[in-house]
Amino acid sequence: MSATIIGTSPNRVGGIGRVTGSQQYVADLRLADVLEARLVTLDCARARIISIDASAALALPGVRLVMTAADLPQPVPRFGPQLEDRPVIAVGETKYHGDPVAIVAAETKDAADAAAALVRVEYEELPAVFTLAAALDPAAPLVQDPALRPGDRLASTNVLREHPIGWGDVDAAVADVVVEHTYTFPMVTHFAIEPHAYIAAPDGDGIAVWSTIQHPNWLQKVIAKVLGMPLAKVRVFAPDPGGGFGGKQHAKYEPLVALAAIRAGRPVRLVLSLEETFQAVRRASCEVRVRTGVNRDGALVFEDIAADYLIGAYADIADRVVGKGSYPAAGPYTVPNVRILARSVLSHTVPSTAFRGFGNPQVNWAVESNLDEAALAIGMDRLEIRLRNIAHRGDAFIPFDTPADGEWSQTVTRAAELIGWGSPLPPGRGRGIALGIKSGPTTGLSYSTVRLLGDGSVIVFAGTSDMGQGARTVFAQIAAQELGAPLDWVTVVMGDTAIVPYDQQTSASRSTVLMGNSVLMACRSIQAQLRTMAARLHAVDEALVGVDRGVVHLPDRDLSVIDVLKPGLGRLGGELTGNGEVRKDADPSHPLSGAPAFFEFNCTAIEAEVDRETGDVTIVRHVTVSDVGRALNPLQVRTQDEGAAIQGLGHTLMEHYIFDEVGRIRNLGAIDYRIPTSMDLPLDLVSETIENADGPGPYGSKGMSEGALLCVAAAVGAAVREAIRVPIRDLPLTPERVWRALQERETA
Amino acid sequence: MAETHRIEVTVNGLPRMLEVPPHHTLLDVLRDDLRLTGAKECCLVGECGACTVIVDGRTVDSCLVLAVEADGCEITTVEGLAQDGSLDPLQRAFLDEGAAQCGFCIPGQLMAAHALLAGNPHPTVAEIQEGLAGNLCRCGSYLQITDAVLATAAEGTRR
Repeated sequence: MSATIIGTSPNRVGGIGRVTGSQQYVADLRLADVLEARLVTLDCARARIISIDASAALALPGVRLVMTAADLPQPVPRFGPQLEDRPVIAVGETKYHGDPVAIVAAETKDAADAAAALVRVEYEELPAVFTLAAALDPAAPLVQDPALRPGDRLASTNVLREHPIGWGDVDAAVADVVVEHTYTFPMVTHFAIEPHAYIAAPDGDGIAVWSTIQHPNWLQKVIAKVLGMPLAKVRVFAPDPGGGFGGKQHAKYEPLVALAAIRAGRPVRLVLSLEETFQAVRRASCEVRVRTGVNRDGALVFEDIAADYLIGAYADIADRVVGKGSYPAAGPYTVPNVRILARSVLSHTVPSTAFRGFGNPQVNWAVESNLDEAALAIGMDRLEIRLRNIAHRGDAFIPFDTPADGEWSQTVTRAAELIGWGSPLPPGRGRGIALGIKSGPTTGLSYSTVRLLGDGSVIVFAGTSDMGQGARTVFAQIAAQELGAPLDWVTVVMGDTAIVPYDQQTSASRSTVLMGNSVLMACRSIQAQLRTMAARLHAVDEALVGVDRGVVHLPDRDLSVIDVLKPGLGRLGGELTGNGEVRKDADPSHPLSGAPAFFEFNCTAIEAEVDRETGDVTIVRHVTVSDVGRALNPLQVRTQDEGAAIQGLGHTLMEHYIFDEVGRIRNLGAIDYRIPTSMDLPLDLVSETIENADGPGPYGSKGMSEGALLCVAAAVGAAVREAIRVPIRDLPLTPERVWRALQERETA
Repeated sequence: MAETHRIEVTVNGLPRMLEVPPHHTLLDVLRDDLRLTGAKECCLVGECGACTVIVDGRTVDSCLVLAVEADGCEITTVEGLAQDGSLDPLQRAFLDEGAAQCGFCIPGQLMAAHALLAGNPHPTVAEIQEGLAGNLCRCGSYLQITDAVLATAAEGTRR
C-alpha cells in the first residue's frame, strides 16, 4: 500500500457509533448498584451557611447519603489547576449561584430529587459583587480569602493577578492620530449539548472515576491528591465528550462525587442538568480600553491596551486564560510600541474557565474594532491598514517570541477576494474584515504507544480526548499511512488512564501537532524495527533497507510490511511496539512559560445586512480562511472551522448571561439563552484553508479549531458599523442594541 | 413509591409492556427502563432536540411527553433506524458528509430529518433548515447535516 491517506477525508473513526446511537457517553453508562446523586444549592450567590439539617432528607426511603462540608476531612480539600482555592463543596459560605452546599445520593433519581428538596439550609445572604465596577470598588467585599494567597500584594483586593506585557515605549511614542475607545464582551457559556456528568466507584483499594473531562490525566492527579491515594489507584475513564470547547478541561464535581462514593461504599453518579452546567462553566466577560496610535501613512505607532476580565469565584484556569489570551492582543502586526495590562478580577459568579479562543476573542474584538476606527480617522481602507502592518514570515512581531510562522498576508488576501472586498455594496449592507491570532500550546507532554500486531493491524494508544474535533481519525490516518494498514484495521484507544500512556491535556488545538508527532514517532520506531527485521531476514545491510508508507524497500525489491513482519516474528508470532514522546518543556524566562509551538491564524470577512426597522442583522456572506499548514483531514478541518465560525456568531449576535440583583442567572437554560440554530446561519458560509506545509506537526500541519472563532465579532461588528454608520462597542449585537444605535443616530 | 401505570408501546417494532410512574417522561422510560440511550438528555424543556424520537409518525421531544401519554403508540428511536445491521441511508449520509462531530445531538437530528423526509421527500435547503431548527448542534455541523438530508433525498430519487 503506497497511496496516501494523509490529506484525505475518510469517514470519521467512531462515526458509526455516533450515527447509530451506540456511542456511550458518560450519562449513558450503567453501573450495577449505582446511587443517583443531586446537588443542593441556594437561591442566591453569596451566603453564609448557618446550618444544614439533613434529617428529613435522610428519612426518605431509598436515600443513602447526604454529605456536606462537615462530613469531609478537615480542612476540606481544595483543588484547582492554577491555585488550589476551590473546596470540593462550599465551606461556610457559598460564593456563586449554584455553589453546592450538599450532595445527596439515593437509590433512584426520584428519591434523590425529593431528598435534595428536603435538605434544609439556614443561611444569611451576604453582600456580593457581580460586575467589574463592583468588584474593583475599594469597599467591595473580598471574593477570596486573602489567606489563600500569602504574600501577594493583591490579596486584599479582588484582582487575582495582573499581566503586564509590552515592548518599546508607548508613553514616548508620537503618532499622527490617536484613537481611544472602550469595548465590552459578554459573559457566555459553552452550552455543549452534553451536560457534564460524573460517576465514581470504589475499585478495590482505589477508585474509578468516569467523567466528561477533556484532561483525564490531570483529573487523575486531582483525585489522587484529594483522596490521598497514589496515582496507580485512581483510574479515570474519559469516554468521548459530547462537545467540550474548553469547558470540560478541568475538574469540577469529580472530587465531590469520588468522596461521596467512598463514603457510601457504592458507585455514585451525578449527571448535571443543563442549568447546572451553565452554573459550572462560562467564558470570562471583559472590558477593554484600547488606545491606538497611527501615522497618516497607516503605520501603527503604538497599541495601549487595558483589559479587565471578570472571572468567577474560584480561579479555575481563568487567570491563565487572561494572561495567555491577552498576550498577543496587539494582533499579528509589527507594532513598535505595545503596552498590555490584563487583569483577572474575581467576582461572585460562576467560575470562568477555558473556552475556545482562550481569552483571545475578548481582546480581539476590541483591538481589531479600534483598528477600524484608526483607519477611518486617517481615511485609509480597512484592508489596506491591515496589510500595511501585518507581520511577514519570520518577523519577530512579538519580540523575543516565536516569529511569524506563516505568510499570513496570503490568508488575508484570499479572504478579501472571497468577500469581494472593494466591490459595490447594496444599500443597508456593510462589510468587515478582521484578523485573528492565537498562541498555540506553550508546554506539552504527549506519550503514545503503537502496537503493530502479528496480522498487520494496529492499535494506537493516545490519551487525547476526541470531543468532536476528530483526533481519533487523524491518529488512525497517521498510523495507517506509516504502517501500511488499511484505516479500518487501526484501532485508537483513548480515555482510560490505566492503559493509555500519559497525555498532559487536550487543549490549545495541540493534539494534531503534539500527540500527532508522538504517534508518528511511535510508528517510525516500528519502522526502524521492521528495517532491522528485513535486513536480518534478507541478509542485507540495514542501511540499505528503507520503510515508507507501509512498504519495505530492499535493494532489489519492495515488500509489504506483512511480508516482513510475519516471517520476522516467527512461529510464536507476537507484535512490534513503538513508543512516542513529545515534550515541550516550560521556559521560565518566557512570560507565558514557553513560546507557542505555532500560531493559529485566521482571517474572517463578513457581508451583513441590517434591517433598519428591527435592528436584525443578517449575515449575507461569512468567509473564514485559516492558515493550517496542512489539512491532514480536510473535511474535519472544514467542519471545525465552520463550527468555530458559527459558535463565534453566538457571542457576536445573541449570547449573554443576564444577572439579577442577587447574582442569579436570569436566562438560565435553553429557553432564554439562545445559541445559533440552523435558522441563524450566514446565508453563505465559505471556509478555506491556506496550506504551505510549514507547521511543526506531522506532514507540515499546524494546530487549528479555534482560529475561525477569534475575530468573528470584530468582522461582524465592522460590517454592521458600515451598514448603519454607527459604531457599537458592546456585544452581543442584538436587534435591540442595533435598533437603539440606529435611533440614537437619527436623533443626533 | 409512587403509583404506577401499565403502558403498552411498540418501540422499534418490538411490543413492550411497562409499569411507569405518572411523572416519568418518555425519555426517562426509553433511557432508564428500556436502556435505549440513543435519545439524549440535555435541556429537558423541549428546546434542544437531543431527545427527539418519532411517535406515531410525528417527531416529539421525548422529554416533554409523559410515558403514560405514549400508551398504545408506536415509537421509533435512533436505535431503530439501522435494519439488519446495515445503516439507514440517512445514517450513511450523515457519516459520509461528516455531519457528526461530537455526535451528541446526532440521534435527535437523525430522527427529525427522518420524519422530515417522510413528509417531504424532496425538501429545499430552507425547508431542511426550518425543519431541523429545533435541533441544536453546538459543534455547528449544520451545513453538513443539511447536505446529508439533501443527499439522502437525492438518493431516494435515484432508487
